Amino acid sequence: MRTAMATAVPRWVWLATVVAVLVTLVLAICIGAVYITPADIWSTIAAQIFGDKHGENNAYSTIIWQLRLPRVLLAFLVGSILASAGCAYQGVFRNPLADPYLLGVSAGAGLGATLVIAYAGTTRDIYLPVAAFGGAIAAVSITYLLGRSAISGRSSTALILAGVAVASVLTAAQTLVQQQNTDVLREVYTWILGRLSTSGWSELLIIAPYILLCSVVLLQYRRVLDVFSVGDDEAQTMGLPVAQARGAIIVAASLGTAAAVSFTGLIGFVGIIVPHILRLVVGSSYRILLPLSMFYGGIFLVLADILARTVLAPQEIPIGVVTALLGAPFFLFVLGSRRSGSIT
Amino acid sequence: MGEWVCIIGPNGAGKSSLLKAIAGINSSTGDLDVDDVNLRELSHRDRACWLAYVAQEPIMPAGMKVFDYVLLGRTAHLKMLASESDLDIEVAHSAINELGLEAFLDRDVASLSGGERQRVAIARALTQASPIVLLDEPTTALDVGYQQEVLELIDRLCKENKIAVITTMHDLTIAGLYPDEIILLHKGSIHDKGKPEKVLTRENISTIYGANIEIVISNGTLAVIPVRLKS
Repeated sequence: MRTAMATAVPRWVWLATVVAVLVTLVLAICIGAVYITPADIWSTIAAQIFGDKHGENNAYSTIIWQLRLPRVLLAFLVGSILASAGCAYQGVFRNPLADPYLLGVSAGAGLGATLVIAYAGTTRDIYLPVAAFGGAIAAVSITYLLGRSAISGRSSTALILAGVAVASVLTAAQTLVQQQNTDVLREVYTWILGRLSTSGWSELLIIAPYILLCSVVLLQYRRVLDVFSVGDDEAQTMGLPVAQARGAIIVAASLGTAAAVSFTGLIGFVGIIVPHILRLVVGSSYRILLPLSMFYGGIFLVLADILARTVLAPQEIPIGVVTALLGAPFFLFVLGSRRSGSIT
Repeated sequence: MGEWVCIIGPNGAGKSSLLKAIAGINSSTGDLDVDDVNLRELSHRDRACWLAYVAQEPIMPAGMKVFDYVLLGRTAHLKMLASESDLDIEVAHSAINELGLEAFLDRDVASLSGGERQRVAIARALTQASPIVLLDEPTTALDVGYQQEVLELIDRLCKENKIAVITTMHDLTIAGLYPDEIILLHKGSIHDKGKPEKVLTRENISTIYGANIEIVISNGTLAVIPVRLKS
């Protein structure tokens, strides 16, 4: 008799994923206002790592170390956490429309950022990420407390509705601030559409610990997300402490998302499209979906960023616009070619 | 142990609510003692080691393989963030063999027919390895052939594996056919209980269900036959 094992990511998929990540990263470092060949990238990186100054090109070194590498890694990390947080939200709410902004992260971050842009004056660069992060965390906390007290923590619908209510209030407040300060409209709008421009490594180093920690926590819950898929009632009778597990997953996903949006603004679409494309290709077990969402979310955003900074160069297209323009048709293509596939 | 208790009663009598209260899904008052253990005081996980529950129409997550679905039954025996051990895999396999589902291992649970779904859900409950299994209307969505198949299966598990089974049921003839004991609910409280032939009487059913019926016993089988009201 054949012995089946629990579903896990097959080895060849891991292999293909690692190759895809490497190719994407190299491509993203090559392409830009100055084209740098992979060989030059290698010699520059080797020079830095091994202290081998022979054949070093200072211009390349600056472009790679100060401009491209931090930006590419930032894109990868942000895409990764947005996709895996979206994937986790879809599982924990059993709702295919869930994205990482479901419980008010975007509205909270938006309000925080708008307040700083409108009123902080010259100190805005320092306080913008802090305010966006704080706004996001505050919004999710309010949503969670309201939703929980309404239904003693068991129904996910109450949480989603609380999220809608909190988001409406915060968005209204943000609109009011914006309308009172029309001179900063353009800047607010740029922030909301998302951007990946960095000033070296500082942003990356600040948010990387949050994102990595949240990713590790979410990964631990991949089997639990499968248990959620049979519904709250049965998951509970199977021994899952439903409210507690949902709380932990929401905290990890929200914290990671808040860290991501604090510097990059509201990059839409990654969190909803990447998990769904993977679902159509590899099935719906979260043991596979969650780890793959992390990698392909990163790849997707790095590729989107290449387009954002090259298509209208030297102008940059807002990254959120590219993710939507690129993601939606690709998703429809996958959907069309996999009619038998399931979305939920 | 090894007894099949069936809860019957008209629509709205509280059959499913009672079952969900026992399962710990609905909040309720009162105690639930099994072998001197009060299950109501246990955590979800410890309770799940005593009780498994199969909903009336279990949710079959699209895209999930039968084996993965059955394996989810081991949740109560795993730490929250642990993965399954070889033992868990083995238990899931033996439940699958027990229910004759070997050919379905890789099938998508959402693509199964009603009878297959019910069997897969029962396999998941067996994998939970609890001494008590609660089944809410296990045959309602099935036609007569599948009904018989599922009922025979529950009966076998009950007798051979010494599992106590509690089901709800609205088909009175089936209720008379398989269970060892029947509880007749009326407006949320117990109207009568005992052996099927004691509870399923013309008087009980006409009072509680407001139905005009005849009880027929042929070859030792009790059947509840509706009778037309003559004008």
